[in-house]
Amino acid sequence: MASEPAESFEELFQRLEEAVAKLEEGGLPLEEALVLYEEGMRLAQRSQEMLDQAELRVTRLQDAFAAYREEGASHSLREELPPYPEEDEPLAEG
Amino acid sequence: MREVYSVSQLATYLRELLETDLHLADLWLEGEVSNLSRSTAGHTFFTLKDEFAQMHCVMFRRQYGEGTVLENGVQVVAHGRITLFEKRGELQLNVDFLQPAGVGIWQAQFERLKAQLEEEGLFEPSRKRPLPAFPQTIGVVTSPTGAVFHDICQIVGRRWPLAEIVLAPTLVQGDQAASGIVEALAALNREPDIDVIILARGGGSMEELWPFNEEMVARAIYASRLPVISAVGHETDYTISDYVADRRAPTPSAAAELVVPDRAEIGRRLVGHQVMMTGWLAGQVARRHGEVGRLALDLRRAVPDIARQRERVAGLLRGAARAVAQAASGRRERVNACAIQLRSLDPRGTLARGYAIVQRRADGRVVASVGRVKARDRLDVQVSDGSFPAEVSKQYGF
Repeated sequence: MASEPAESFEELFQRLEEAVAKLEEGGLPLEEALVLYEEGMRLAQRSQEMLDQAELRVTRLQDAFAAYREEGASHSLREELPPYPEEDEPLAEG
Repeated sequence: MREVYSVSQLATYLRELLETDLHLADLWLEGEVSNLSRSTAGHTFFTLKDEFAQMHCVMFRRQYGEGTVLENGVQVVAHGRITLFEKRGELQLNVDFLQPAGVGIWQAQFERLKAQLEEEGLFEPSRKRPLPAFPQTIGVVTSPTGAVFHDICQIVGRRWPLAEIVLAPTLVQGDQAASGIVEALAALNREPDIDVIILARGGGSMEELWPFNEEMVARAIYASRLPVISAVGHETDYTISDYVADRRAPTPSAAAELVVPDRAEIGRRLVGHQVMMTGWLAGQVARRHGEVGRLALDLRRAVPDIARQRERVAGLLRGAARAVAQAASGRRERVNACAIQLRSLDPRGTLARGYAIVQRRADGRVVASVGRVKARDRLDVQVSDGSFPAEVSKQYGF
């Protein structure tokens, strides 16, 4: 469902594989199996969308080496980088 | 007034002075072996000398590098710490590693640290942690400039763009590199959302790759709460980092390949699951379809008033046809023919070919049996591109 917050691909994919395995196993009443089928198809579609729409995010720890953390902040500030950084002047054998 | 020391006081003072000196506590010394003797307890005593000076050496346990022959006259490189042998007022080198000279100091230092860390258990296979199957956030410790980081982003972006890459930038060669790497590893370990770390550097000379052979780097990898992939230099380069890390990748690009799954392969598995599920559904529809047909036949046989029941059967069949396939006619032969034909066809197209799932609006239950509906029941009929409402004929019933 669209409102599920921040679902991870791994969770979706795992639930899908479980649904498929249960359907393959058989023996469920039709109503239950249909619910499982619908759930499975939705999970498959959602997973596919995630794969299709994903764009790599690249960030950089801004202040890894300083006293960096605000009280209570969950992680340090990260500076957004272009997803595929341009190649700089190559270091010597870098 | 100047204080007067006892000899013991002086010896203690000197020993403490020597043992707190960082250079003397971690010293590499090259020289020629002489005065070699071995005690019954297994200790080895010898002198290392050159043209102008000599130093007493003692080795309490045997720890030789590969190919070391310890005999008078051979040239060796020893590692150890300088102490004062108080009883004799002599300086001596407590040797903990010995290797033939000429092998190269880099190699000697590498072998010594490798032997030491191996003995301490830092390379234990049992402590290697599995890598996450679908990492969401990948920490990368490497130089912010140069091709390595670029390549890693390229490959991860192509294979698994669902991931986020977090760069912890550091120098990767030179004197500052080892401490920079240690701090970068620690910084990533402080982040709450990182799943795995790649420690990477491009190819270079043994000297350039040296930071990855430093003890402090090895210990930082060992201390990491997150699994670490070591990817240093080319395929043929082995560093201490590679041995301590949870996984060695032959190159940084290889690390990027193995840290994430492949989008294309996972996509194929998704399609496979969808095909399986659609096939399952088609099979179900075909089975129910056959049941409805049999039921209609039974009903027809059971009821003596053929003329009247024929009409009822026709009505039932209309219901059955709506239940499984809009296209089915009111005749049971047609229904059965469809069932046989359907089973023989690719199941995926079933809904698209016009079959349907019928559900009772009131409770959403699937209508799998004529007994499940009565006159005027409101139904939802699901076909390939959506659903529409329907109602059971008001004449329907027994």
